[in-house]
Amino acid sequence: MAQVQLSGIAKTFGKVTALDAMDLTIDDGELVCLLGPSGSGKSTLLRIIGGFEMPSEGTIAIDGVDVTDLPPERRPTAMVFQSHALWSHMTVFGNIAFGLKLRHLPKAEIRERVEKVLDLVGLTGYGARLPSQLSGGQQQRVALARSLVVEPKILLLDEPFASLDQHLRERLREEVRDIQQRLGITAVFVTHGQDEALAISDRIVVLADGRMQQVGRPGEIYAEPKTAFVAGFIGAMNMLEGTLADGEITASGLKLPAEGSGPAKLAIRPEDIELAEPAEGRTVTVRRMIDFGAHVVIDGKLADGTHLRIQTDKAIRVSQGDQIGIRVESWTVFTEGDEPRRYRSDTVRSFRGARYA
Amino acid sequence: MTDIARLPPAGALSDLRTRVRRREPVDWTGIAFLTGLAIVILLPLIVTAVWAFAEVWRFPAIVPQRMGLGYWQETLTRNDVWQALWLSLSITTTVTVISAAICFPAAYAFARLDFPGRNVLFLAFLSVQAFPKFGLIVATATIFLTLHLVGTFWGVVLIQLVGTLLYMIWIPVSAFQGVDRRLEEAARDVGAGPMRVFWSITLPQALPTLAAALLITFVSTFYETDAAWLIGLPNVRTMPMVMISFINNALEVQYGAVLFVFLWVPSFVLMLAARRVMGADAFAKGLGG
Ligand SMILES: Nc1ncnc2c1ncn2[C@@H]1O[C@H](COP(=O)(O)OP(=O)(O)OP(=O)(O)O)[C@@H](O)[C@H]1O
Ligand SMILES: [Mg+2]
Repeated sequence: MAQVQLSGIAKTFGKVTALDAMDLTIDDGELVCLLGPSGSGKSTLLRIIGGFEMPSEGTIAIDGVDVTDLPPERRPTAMVFQSHALWSHMTVFGNIAFGLKLRHLPKAEIRERVEKVLDLVGLTGYGARLPSQLSGGQQQRVALARSLVVEPKILLLDEPFASLDQHLRERLREEVRDIQQRLGITAVFVTHGQDEALAISDRIVVLADGRMQQVGRPGEIYAEPKTAFVAGFIGAMNMLEGTLADGEITASGLKLPAEGSGPAKLAIRPEDIELAEPAEGRTVTVRRMIDFGAHVVIDGKLADGTHLRIQTDKAIRVSQGDQIGIRVESWTVFTEGDEPRRYRSDTVRSFRGARYA
Repeated sequence: MTDIARLPPAGALSDLRTRVRRREPVDWTGIAFLTGLAIVILLPLIVTAVWAFAEVWRFPAIVPQRMGLGYWQETLTRNDVWQALWLSLSITTTVTVISAAICFPAAYAFARLDFPGRNVLFLAFLSVQAFPKFGLIVATATIFLTLHLVGTFWGVVLIQLVGTLLYMIWIPVSAFQGVDRRLEEAARDVGAGPMRVFWSITLPQALPTLAAALLITFVSTFYETDAAWLIGLPNVRTMPMVMISFINNALEVQYGAVLFVFLWVPSFVLMLAARRVMGADAFAKGLGG
C-alpha cells in the first residue's frame, strides 16, 4: 500500500553516529528485514521511519510525500515494539480499540473491527482479559493486533518476537508474513536473527556500524555477500586470514587458486567442503562431530590450529583425532578495497545460489 | 485438559497429597520475625486501644478492672475536639491539594523533560529536607512573624506545604519515570497527541504511586506537630495540639487513648481503601523508586 523512500538519512546521538548516509527505497507491499549486530542502528532506522526519532540529516518520504517533520501520530505507520508495550491498565479490547476511539468511530464499528483483528491474530474471545493475564506470545499478538487495527500503510516491527522461545517465534513470524501478504501492507522487520531474516523477507538490508553493507534478496545475500562482514554475518562461514601470491591464496596451511597479491580473507561455507582422500595441504584433524540429524557438522582443525567447520552428509561418521581430507568446492576471497572474487572448483555440483534463490 | 486415563487411582492420589503436605517446609525464621513484629507493633496499639475503654485499670491487673465509655463521652462532647478535627481536616486537605497542584507537574517535568538546571533545581527541592526540620520551622516562624502569618490558617498551610515537598516530588518523579516510554510511544503511534497520551496512558500508569504519595502526605500532614505548634498556636489548634494539651493537663491516659482510637480508625480505613485501589505493590514501587 505504500512506498517508503529514505534519502541521505543520518542520525547522531551526541558524538555517536548511529546511522550514516542511508539511501533506501522500500517498495509497496514488500517485507524488508533490517539485519545487523547489536548497536548497528536497526532500531534507530525503524524509529526514524516511525517518527520517534528525528534524523539529523536526510528526508523520508512515504508515497512521495515528505513526512520527515511529522510526529508519529500523523504518519501512516504502526510499530510493534520488542517489549510489546501493552497498556496494562486497559483490557485487550481497550488496548486494541484505543486507536479507533481516537478516530471517533461509532461504537458498533469499533467492536466489529476489534473482533475482526482479534480473529486475525488468533485471539478470538480474549478481549476482556488484561494483558497481564496473557502469555508472552499472546501479548505480542495483541500488540500486533493493536497496530494492525488502525490499518497502517506501513508496519514496523522491532524484534517483536525476540523474547519468545524458538518454536513460537517461528510460528509467529510465519503468521506475520502471512498477514502482511494477505493485507498487502509494506513491512519493515528488525531482527538480529539471520534465519529469521532469510525465512521471511523479500529483501534484506544488512547494517553494521550505522552503514548499509548490502541490500538484496535473501538468496543473493547468502550466495553473493559483497563484504567480508556480510559473508561472516549471514549463515555459517569459515573466515580465514590468508595471503595472496602466485595465483594462490594460502590460509592456515590451506592452498586454493586465487588471483591477486597481499593479505586477504578466505571465506568458505561449511557446506562447500566435501570430504576426500587426505592429501598435502588438504588435511583436517577432527576435533568434534555434531550430529544434527539432517546433516552432520565436523568441527576440524587446520595445520595451524584454526577451526574449520564442515557440513556433510548425515551418513558420515568420524571421531576425534581422525585425519580427514577435504575438497573445497567454492570459496570467496575478500581483499581490502576491492570487489570480492568468487571461485569454484571445476567439479562442482550446481552452484549453491540455485538452492537458496 | 488432563488426560483422565493417566490419573492414578484415588488411593494413590491421597497418598500423593499427604506426601506433598509433609514435604512443605516450615519457615521458622519467618514465623519468628512475624511474632517479633507483632509484639513490637501490635502490642502497644492493643494496649492503647484497651486503655480507651478502661475506666479503672491499676497495675497488677492484666485486664482493666472496669470498662466503659465514660471517657469517650467526656471527650466527644467537647467542642474544641470537633473544632480541631474540622480545622485539621481542612488544613490537611488544603495542603494536599496545593501540594499536588505544585508538585505533580514539577515531578513530571523532572522525570520527563531535560531542561538546563534540572538537576540543580531537583536538588534544591530535596535539600529543604536536609535541614533539621525544627530549625527550619523556627527560622520560618520569625519571617512569618513579620508577615503576620503566625497563628493563621494560611501560615500553617504554608509551613506544612514545605514539609510535603519530599514525598510529593520524590515519589511522583519515580512514578513518572517508572512509566515505560514505549507505552507512550505506542499511543502516539496509533494516533494520540501528546496531551491525550498524558491523560490516557501516563497518568493512569502512574496513578497508583501518585495515590500513595497523596495518602502519605495527607496522613503525615494531619499528625504534624512541630509546625502546628510553633506557627499555629494559640489561634490555630490542630487535632494533635488538642491531644497534647489533653495529655499535659490531665494525667489520665484515657483521654489520649480515646483520641488515638478515634483518629486511628479513619486513617486505617483510608489505608485499607487505598490498598484495595492500588494493590500492595504500588506502595513498594512508590517508596522504592
Ligand atoms: N537515545 C540514544 N541516545 C544515545 N545513543 C543512542 C540512543 N539510541 C541509540 N543510540 C546509539 O545508537 C547506536 C545504534 O543503536 P540502535 O538501538 O539503533 O541499535 P540496534 O541495531 O537496534 O541494536 P540492538 O540489536 O541491540 O537492538 C548504538 O551505538 C546506540 O548506543
Ligand atoms: Mg534495537
